[in-house]
Amino acid sequence: MWKLGVLILIYLLVSACTDGHLNNPYVQSDQSQAIIYTSFSERPKHLDPAKSYSSNEYAIIGQVYESLFQYHYLKKPYQLEPLLASDMPTLQYFNAKGEALTGKVDAKDIAFSDYTITVRQEVRFQPHPSFNKSLHKVLPSDWDQRSLYDLPLATRLLTVDDFIYQIKRLADPASQSPIAGLMANHIVGFETFAQQQAELLSDQPQLSKVQRLQSVPLLGIKKLNDHQFNIRIKGKYPQFINWLAMPFFAPMPWEADAFYANPRLVKKNITLDWFPVGTGAFYLHENDPNRRMVLVKNPNFHPDYYPSEADEGLRERGLLVDAGQRLPLSDKVIFSLEKETIPYWSKFLQGYYDASGISSDSFDQAVSFSSDGEFGLTDNMLQRKIALQTAVTTSSYYLGFNMLDNVVGGNTERARKLRQAISIAVDYEEYISIFLNGRGVAAQGIIPPGIFGHLSGKEGLNPVVYQWDKGPVRRSLDEAKQLLVEAGYPNGLDQKSGQPLVLYFDTMDSGPDSKARLNWLRKQFSKIDIQLVVRGTDYNRFQEKMRNGHAQMFMWGWNADYPDPENFLFLLYGKNAKALHAGENAANYQNAQFDSLFETMSSMDNTPQRQQIINQMIGIAQQDAPWLWGFHPKAFSLHHHWYKNAYPNLMANNKTKYIKVDAKQRAQYQKKWNKPVVWPLLVIALLILVLLVPAYLIYRRLEQAKAYD
Amino acid sequence: MINYIIRRLLYVLPVLLGVNILTFVLFFVVNTPDDMARMQLGDKYVSQAAVDNWKQQRGYDLPLLWNEQAKGLQQIQQTIFFKKSIGLFVFDLGISDNGRDIVADISQRMWPSLAIAIPSLIIGVLVNITFALLLIFYRGSYLEFIGVFTCVALMSISGLFYIIAGQYFVGKLLALTPISGYAPGLDAFKFIVLPVFIGVIGGLGSGVRWYRSLFLEEASKDYVRTARAKGLSELQVLFKHVLKNAMIPILTGIVVILPLLFMGSLITESFFGIPGLGSYTIDAIASQDFAIVRSMVFLGSFLYIIGLLLTDISYTLVDPRVRLN
Repeated sequence: MWKLGVLILIYLLVSACTDGHLNNPYVQSDQSQAIIYTSFSERPKHLDPAKSYSSNEYAIIGQVYESLFQYHYLKKPYQLEPLLASDMPTLQYFNAKGEALTGKVDAKDIAFSDYTITVRQEVRFQPHPSFNKSLHKVLPSDWDQRSLYDLPLATRLLTVDDFIYQIKRLADPASQSPIAGLMANHIVGFETFAQQQAELLSDQPQLSKVQRLQSVPLLGIKKLNDHQFNIRIKGKYPQFINWLAMPFFAPMPWEADAFYANPRLVKKNITLDWFPVGTGAFYLHENDPNRRMVLVKNPNFHPDYYPSEADEGLRERGLLVDAGQRLPLSDKVIFSLEKETIPYWSKFLQGYYDASGISSDSFDQAVSFSSDGEFGLTDNMLQRKIALQTAVTTSSYYLGFNMLDNVVGGNTERARKLRQAISIAVDYEEYISIFLNGRGVAAQGIIPPGIFGHLSGKEGLNPVVYQWDKGPVRRSLDEAKQLLVEAGYPNGLDQKSGQPLVLYFDTMDSGPDSKARLNWLRKQFSKIDIQLVVRGTDYNRFQEKMRNGHAQMFMWGWNADYPDPENFLFLLYGKNAKALHAGENAANYQNAQFDSLFETMSSMDNTPQRQQIINQMIGIAQQDAPWLWGFHPKAFSLHHHWYKNAYPNLMANNKTKYIKVDAKQRAQYQKKWNKPVVWPLLVIALLILVLLVPAYLIYRRLEQAKAYD
Repeated sequence: MINYIIRRLLYVLPVLLGVNILTFVLFFVVNTPDDMARMQLGDKYVSQAAVDNWKQQRGYDLPLLWNEQAKGLQQIQQTIFFKKSIGLFVFDLGISDNGRDIVADISQRMWPSLAIAIPSLIIGVLVNITFALLLIFYRGSYLEFIGVFTCVALMSISGLFYIIAGQYFVGKLLALTPISGYAPGLDAFKFIVLPVFIGVIGGLGSGVRWYRSLFLEEASKDYVRTARAKGLSELQVLFKHVLKNAMIPILTGIVVILPLLFMGSLITESFFGIPGLGSYTIDAIASQDFAIVRSMVFLGSFLYIIGLLLTDISYTLVDPRVRLN
């Protein structure tokens, strides 16, 4: 025991004599490098761009892989610009006979669309051992298997073949890409290629993945020359270009697959799914997903510059200070695993993380509300020069009605009025206030702010639930009850049977944490005398109910894949009904007029005509009320003043390259905020000594006591 | 003794088979292969074809326990149960449903768990025994009363509270150790000080009371009176005689958990950002990764049985009267 005490004392003394802080969670603090310190809360499932589809995965691979296009960092509405493409693609339409269509073209005549893409020249991949072809078969025997970057590294120029290879990987059944099914509907020859690969997999298992993928062409993808290739898609699908901006379409060198096929690497879990190979601003130098991941500046990164243009007001906010600077602006990014919010928050306040979200636990410490309901930072945050950034996310969280249900579903006037009455009764403003600390915006329709088609103010008001009085005002409960009477449920009783109206809410949230939310929901229904029964179930059964259309009401959410209204309106498109067509329309809503407008709208450019059609569609949906439109969450994030150029661009996955940190300033504040306090230890030691005195006295008494007096 | 050990090791086989069957049945009562595929593939745009493809690639397209379409022995062999279980008995844990080598994962994550668990156990046992013996020494005095009261108070506080309070006072207010984090090698020292300290303090109340009750029983025996009559000091009586004779129940509690130490602690590792095995099984259950669940349950059962065997063997070392025949 005393040895441990001595060890701790030595540790304290040695640490106190060095410049570092005792509580510094980083072993090597390097002030000469611009290092971004951030965290992740769960290990990513995949880092292969063909498989990754989660925001926590994109936080890593968005910096390592690059796509053909990216979203302009400082412009909203979101705007695509070339990244690995040298220009925006040229588009040519063809009819069913294969004849090129020119002039004003009707979407119905378009059988195919050809995207011709020119790829940037002189772009090189990151340094990686896979480009040393000699390593594909045999690895050096003296390699200790600690880091891939101890192996001899090489690179090569990016070619169009790398894009084609990646598209083939998307189609390959062995990749199990989540968008394979979706792309099969769009890219010509994609499905056939997938079938051919499945056959090759079973018939010729001796073929390597590279050999297999390269042995068959994908009909819709054509290499035109060393710098250009062509993607042919079915019909007209303007949103396709947004998919090309996602990591799914990042170029993949075939050498990566060949290198990682080495059984010695597979046995050590060193795979392409874990150690990416890209052209991005950073490369993943260290990947211990149970502890930390380290991105290091890619020495081969192609010329890329901080934007010189921005939306109004951003220059004043200092977001153009680095205009024209070569990217990336940081040398390294260290992601540390932080599963719990309490230590994460404490370390942010100590200056060991540069930026942080705000969990419910720490919300009151960070944000205060003024008497008129305006929110701002607390004094403690202001003293620390911490900045707050807010943005309404491009997501919708809603309560859906199963439109196939006999009671709440269907297109009858009775059911519609029942749904409308519930829409008025469930007060989402209250929900946001109680459960989200005000971090959300009650939705008026399906499209969140920031996406074309969303209308704010009176224009965007949902007239079924709100009326306008200098702002949206929720209709009264009397109106809801009147609608309920018209629906045939006066006072919550079925007019025909006289039985109380009982509705069922299916949910996966049945633990103690959800109790308050569910009670709140019950209370909302009881305001109009409807009894709500919560049917708690596990994830699997809930998903099954949704797939089979057996849930009556449910809560669901959707995050935008790309900033186009089609990506939200398709959630109500009849041919996407989950129970009928295994699509993403969880409410199984079907309305012929809505569907017809959707088909027209989805292939249109963002024009006033498109807006008009969207308004019509939203109007139809608001009247039919297949959802309680719920809310769009508002993301709050904090960052220290040494963390610069942070901007809430919710579509860009490659934001890290724009971030700059002032390492010296950070070190000064870390020192100031983390001075070790040793005196309480001395007090405790003193207390122990004081306690030892009576113990010694008793010891003496016991030792000297006589057995018998 | 060799015969005894061999016999005990042979008993392991049916026990492990039973555990394996039970794990398999419980897992597949809750999750179907389709559910597992959907969990792995995500929520968006998942088609039935993708689900079927996932199952086929991982061997979950076979019947669970009995293959009606096969013939002879194949009826058992061509099943999910057989394919997924047989490797376990030669410690081939295979590949997780997420595509990672399970042995590589375990061998990487066990060291941080051990870095916390071993010092916590050793220091914890030494501190608990010392305090328990001191309580015996001071029995009847107000120091014993204060000690027992403190133990009950320490026992009554949730383990989570110790962690949060420890992080707040030591890491945040006093800024003496990192609040969370980990580094391999010798750099690990500054990261494990706080979790080990909290682990020891958190277990102090129950540990001291447990050992105290053991020692009290021993302290009333005749040989203790004889030792005192010989003129030995009270400390010699307690630390030499009582402690030695109370070793069997102490070993029962300690040796059995030794092989399981590397499995880590879920809450401690989670709060301190220790990259150990503590959450490996829980995460696997949450992500419906059957390959990991079956491997970890199998390994856990095996090690527990080994722990029991080691306990039996250790009895012979501390008590010459015990014979393993």
